[in-house]
Amino acid sequence: MQSPAQVECWSDAARRVAAGIRRRVLEYVLRHGGGYLSQACSAAEILATLYTRIMRLGPSQGPMIPRPFPGVPGPGRPLAGWGGLYNGPRSPDLDRFIFSPVHYALALYATLIEVGRLAAEALEMFNQDGSTVEMIGAEHSPGIEVTAGSLSQALSVAGGIALARKLKGETGRVWVFMSDGELQEGQTWEALMAMAHYRLDHVGIYIDANGQQCDGRVETVMDVEPIAAKLEAFGACVYEVDGHDVEALVAPAERPHPGRPLVVICRTDPCRGIEPLRERAPKLHYVRFRSEAEREAYRAVLEQMEAAQG
Amino acid sequence: METVLRPHARNLVAWAKDKPAVVVLSADLTGSCEVDDFKAAYPDRFFSMGMAEQNMIGFAAGLAREGFEPFVHTFAVFLTRRVYDQVAMQVAYPCLRVRLIGFLPGLTTPGGVTHQAIDDVALLRVLPNMTILECGDATDVETVLDVAHSVPGPVYVRMLRGEVPRLFPKKDPLRLGQARVLSVGTDVAVLSSGICTEEALRAAAVLRRQGVSVEHLHVSTLKPFRDPTVLEAVSKVRYGVITMENHSVIGGLGSVVAELMAEVGVGRRLIRLGLQDTFAHGGSRAYLMKEYGLDATALVRAVETLIGTSLGVTEADWASVEAFVPAGTGQIEAL
Repeated sequence: MQSPAQVECWSDAARRVAAGIRRRVLEYVLRHGGGYLSQACSAAEILATLYTRIMRLGPSQGPMIPRPFPGVPGPGRPLAGWGGLYNGPRSPDLDRFIFSPVHYALALYATLIEVGRLAAEALEMFNQDGSTVEMIGAEHSPGIEVTAGSLSQALSVAGGIALARKLKGETGRVWVFMSDGELQEGQTWEALMAMAHYRLDHVGIYIDANGQQCDGRVETVMDVEPIAAKLEAFGACVYEVDGHDVEALVAPAERPHPGRPLVVICRTDPCRGIEPLRERAPKLHYVRFRSEAEREAYRAVLEQMEAAQG
Repeated sequence: METVLRPHARNLVAWAKDKPAVVVLSADLTGSCEVDDFKAAYPDRFFSMGMAEQNMIGFAAGLAREGFEPFVHTFAVFLTRRVYDQVAMQVAYPCLRVRLIGFLPGLTTPGGVTHQAIDDVALLRVLPNMTILECGDATDVETVLDVAHSVPGPVYVRMLRGEVPRLFPKKDPLRLGQARVLSVGTDVAVLSSGICTEEALRAAAVLRRQGVSVEHLHVSTLKPFRDPTVLEAVSKVRYGVITMENHSVIGGLGSVVAELMAEVGVGRRLIRLGLQDTFAHGGSRAYLMKEYGLDATALVRAVETLIGTSLGVTEADWASVEAFVPAGTGQIEAL
């Protein structure tokens, strides 16, 4: 197949991948009557831009059709970090990707499909017994290198990986995708403090600031603002961007930030591209259709997407 | 009795010399966990993580994923209760070669309830992939690192600091999954761990003089627990088994021996000495061990219970066996 990416400019490619993420996730949710939908709406451009432009990753080392669950790691079963194979080989000059809010797994799998690292059929294995394409993925799941479901822990592991890479003289960067709700965890701030203390300036953190968490609006559950001022006070180099603007998302990654970890606060809309979601606000964490009429409204959106994307 | 001052401090420096992948992480308790000498010797391999244990576990996991062998040093309470989820998910689940070196186990601290790790073995024993070791003397301290290093997964070590008695010959290292047989007998089996072994040795000497035949084993591997020597000891004795541990009787040595005896069907009585499902408070080690029934006299009482007769042990009997008196007894050791 002649990939359109060979002729289109990178920003068009990123937008195309983002549109594909929303379409695949919506399609899945429609087919199964529920799922983590708003996360795809808010994070589509961030994930698309990370995978198509920001991160320097080698070709996937994972099978296009994911393996079934191989068992848990143990002595003589070196399965730790297996899902990271989908983000390319480990090489001193290549980047690493740590995916923290694994409740976004469906959006990540859709991303991997859109960028050609996973077969489209993999979504059929989502949340199926015995599959690695788990609903809240772990380190055997495609694209997921760290078992991050206990939120905010992955940031510390990313710090340890970054410190190790610095000790080894590696030049590759360590990228982290996280959610704004995780800023409520104290460990997040411990990790940032340590990254600044050890001057881990090869770490880049993209925060999907969609203002949403399980109980509803972040500001009503436990306000984390002002995020930027807090992150700066903890020693990070902070940018605040429109999280749906692919050019704005890329720009901070291309600027130097010596001695400080980079944090990009991506202000996003958890209903972006799927207008019927707004009727559910502020409870957007997990969508389950309440009526056939509601399902029809979402189906209409999917049809529009399919028409637009050809 | 020979005692050794700060055996871990000196041993770690020598041991890590030719092991460049070994790094040390500390959470503001560097001198207190005897890694100040390591920091001075290898400043590039020492990482101060501040008073932030949760993050320290994550950093250790990241370093281990990249091929380093982190030795995480802090007090046992903070390595277990405070970071339980982090240890479970970031260290035990991925089965990483992270070594958790926990200081001030049980009642070895005058620091009171916040500093006394009385449930650390219980907590970590239920984590799959975890290996648990406990040191009982200077030889254990000096040889436990080789054992931890050889395990292809996470290891928790109950470590001793300060002035530590040498109970076992220097040439006789701690071995994974192998209890030390300290005496052979047929009346009662005593399985002791950690600092309780020194107490049990004294009690055993007195008991022998009273004509009781004691099989005494020092257990240093609490998980995995598959030592045939232990099974043989608990199976052969006439009156029963006594476990003695510087820990709650729930979840530690007493529990693991009870599980073993029940599973194998050893029809013997079992008395578990240790903290009887209670918290403790601040005080000297000698005071606390007496108060909570972890000392030599408690063991004699337990033997009397098993054999069903009073042995009439006198002060003169105790005076004849040498006791280890840790430096700083009666004064507060630096926390």
